[in-house]
Amino acid sequence: MAENSEYAIEMLGITKRFPGIIANDNVTIQLKKGEIHALLGENGAGKSTLMSVLFGLYQAEEGVIKKDGKEVQINNPNDANDLGIGMVHQHFKLVQCFSVLDNIILGVETVKNGFLQKDVARKKILELSEKYGLKVDPDAKIEDITVGMQQRTEILKMLYRDNEILIFDEPTAVLTPAEIDELMQIMKNLAKEGKSILFISHKLAEIMAVADRCSVLRRGKYIGTVNISETNQEELSRMMIGRDVQLVATKEDKTPGEVILHVENMTVPSKLHHNNAVKNVSFDVREGEIVCIAGIDGNGQTELVYGLSGLENITSGKIELSGKDITHASIRERSTSGMSHIPEDRHKHGLVLDYSLAYNLVLQRYFEPEFSSKSGFLKKTEINKYADKLIEQYDIRSSQGAETIARSMSGGNQQKAIIAREIDKDPNLLIAVQPTRGLDVGAIEYIHRQLIARRDEGHAVLLVSLELEEVMSISDRILVMYEGEIVGEFDPKKTTPEELGLYMAGAKRKEVGA
Amino acid sequence: MSAENKGAVAKEKESLLAKPAVQSILASLLCIIVGLFIGYIALLFINAKGANEAIVTIIKNYFTYPTKAAALKYCGNTLVKAAPLLMCALSIQFCYQAGLFNIGAAGQYVVGAGASLFCALKLGLPWFVCLLAALVAGGVYGVIVGVLKAYLNVNEVISGIMLNWIGLYTVNMALSSVKESSSPYTLSLASTNEAALLPSLGLEKLFSNNKYVTVAIPLAVIIAILLKVVLSMTVFGYEIKATGIAKDAAKYSGMKEKRNVILTLFIGGALAGIGAAFFFLSGYEQWSVTQSSVPGMGFNGIAATFLGGLDPIGTIFASYFIEHITSGGSYLDKNAYPSQISDFISAIIIYLCGFVLFFKFFLNSRIRNKKNNAEGGNK
Repeated sequence: MAENSEYAIEMLGITKRFPGIIANDNVTIQLKKGEIHALLGENGAGKSTLMSVLFGLYQAEEGVIKKDGKEVQINNPNDANDLGIGMVHQHFKLVQCFSVLDNIILGVETVKNGFLQKDVARKKILELSEKYGLKVDPDAKIEDITVGMQQRTEILKMLYRDNEILIFDEPTAVLTPAEIDELMQIMKNLAKEGKSILFISHKLAEIMAVADRCSVLRRGKYIGTVNISETNQEELSRMMIGRDVQLVATKEDKTPGEVILHVENMTVPSKLHHNNAVKNVSFDVREGEIVCIAGIDGNGQTELVYGLSGLENITSGKIELSGKDITHASIRERSTSGMSHIPEDRHKHGLVLDYSLAYNLVLQRYFEPEFSSKSGFLKKTEINKYADKLIEQYDIRSSQGAETIARSMSGGNQQKAIIAREIDKDPNLLIAVQPTRGLDVGAIEYIHRQLIARRDEGHAVLLVSLELEEVMSISDRILVMYEGEIVGEFDPKKTTPEELGLYMAGAKRKEVGA
Repeated sequence: MSAENKGAVAKEKESLLAKPAVQSILASLLCIIVGLFIGYIALLFINAKGANEAIVTIIKNYFTYPTKAAALKYCGNTLVKAAPLLMCALSIQFCYQAGLFNIGAAGQYVVGAGASLFCALKLGLPWFVCLLAALVAGGVYGVIVGVLKAYLNVNEVISGIMLNWIGLYTVNMALSSVKESSSPYTLSLASTNEAALLPSLGLEKLFSNNKYVTVAIPLAVIIAILLKVVLSMTVFGYEIKATGIAKDAAKYSGMKEKRNVILTLFIGGALAGIGAAFFFLSGYEQWSVTQSSVPGMGFNGIAATFLGGLDPIGTIFASYFIEHITSGGSYLDKNAYPSQISDFISAIIIYLCGFVLFFKFFLNSRIRNKKNNAEGGNK
């Protein structure tokens, strides 16, 4: 036990069990001072559990945590804070109606005679933001600023608390390409100033770009730690998955057939503001093609899909599905007319989390004669049989099979369940909204294969994605959305991510005919 | 390998304790025991000398009568009051499954009482028509809350509570025309319209000819079982529960959530309305047209449903138990103890029901730890 350890934090031989699963099996991670250390693993590999142990949310059954070479006990998040451990969560923990400054000082306010000393705080925040290149407006309200600035606020929160060990939990999931570059630079600055960074991610390119070393977890087991300078993406993905993965999807050329979805001058109101979120949009999706809506989050993609699926009433325009006018059809009618929808928010819309997997697998079909009798009783045996079939066919993993409560399943398997349900309906049109969000490489590969299979069988697929890589690799046609309008149509073979980026950011636009 | 085997054995052994139903029962029993204990402490404070006897009296209820015949007769009385309580509890429970807190059950109970008594005393109609009137009145009263909720997003608790009072005074007004001239009570059914009394089908013979024991008691139990079946086995139950726990997912899958909300509150209201008819058409009590507080039956239903672990079958027993100790409280020495002591005990039990979740959480984490230790020991 060296007194002057080169490690800021060490987690040695951590083992954490949950009912039916060992989330961390003898995992060791050593974070050097001033390094950016990536933690890579599939969903359900145990990354979150490990971080929760470090943060004091869970207690490990075995193993020790050392800070600067000395063994420490972390029983709750306050202990973690005292040790200088800070975390930027994937979903920001900010008070929407507070200013940036208020959010940063929340919980550690400087108080004199019961009055807040905001000037002192402001000075410190401005200093920090200058030092690390974190541009924020201290007086702007969180609800008015961009996601990127919200994230910088979260980083400032950690720095304001003088945290030395910074954990970034999938920080790039919500950012635009330009913001990602900026974040990478910020992380490098932080490391240069002596902060130690744990960077949780499953995006190999980002890890290669920013990290010094990378530790890999697979199914709760520690696989190894490698120096980034001595490895490549293929090796990392092999470590993570345990086999070779096709990083880029391959598909045959195919000539699109009949028009399946026809959208004409559709306008959809926004829930958030009084403007229309989708303005006068027209496009077609044909048999045997994957049309991808690309764009930065919050440019009307969500509302576009709400309008198509019937979750939101459209203000004007026309929607046709296989030649049938469904502009005013109910959600159920659209579904039974051959539209399937893999929703953006799988917890909110996609699943009844407290229902069993079997009940969730029939969520779109429970009313069909196959699953319910004329007298209104559910046919439980049929439902379970059907569920078992889908579980087998789509390789949905869960602890108790069809009886598993959906909430207890891992994100990837929840998504697989939704995909199984929506694809098995055999829809003419499959709308998939960010189907791979938050999933690991293995699951992404799987989902891409499923989407391409739909296309190859001659059905229409409408994919909404924020990931340019995904957009480029699997779509047949790309529509870029910016501020509620379609500002460009592209052939993925004849464009570049850079060109798309310009359109996504609103720097360029061209007129698009449907 | 051996760790797995051991794990399987441990799982087998603990599976009984890990079952939600078993946990619910244990939790409810724990609430009852702690509730009685705190009640006992309160009795000690009020009058230490008679406290032992008093708590025993409350628990014994009708068993305090020396003869079996008398005990049976008063057991009948407890059951007569338990039936409407069960119906109110089922009303709240059914709505709760759909994510609605139907505190308006009290008002639905009131209009059910008003409608059934009005039909019986003013219009001279037979019992089944009165029962139907109560069902419809309660149901429609629930629909008001449902429509407000579904189309205007008015919180069902607010509109429910306001409607409770509107219902109370409307019923007081309507029944003023059929009250006894010398008292604030409505005319007795037995003397005014015997056809409006619920049939007993000979059940009264089982309870030493307690004439208040009617078909209402078995009917309430049958309705509870029916509700269990509807909730767990039908398409309607599937939709109601999905709407209750995941409104957005229900909408996404194309369920008509607005229609479901209204329908749920109709059924909830109808259940409470029927409950009122079960009580007042037994002739056990007459309505006082000067009462200025909403009858507690609807509110007590909240207690019964939570004590029953939000399960229709559990609620049957919970309803009986609450009426049991309430009736038991009336046998206390009024000079030494206020009769409200039973209300106090049931209030504590209800309060403790809030801890049912905590208890389950505690039990589950215990089971988990044990299992972990078992596996850890094998390493």
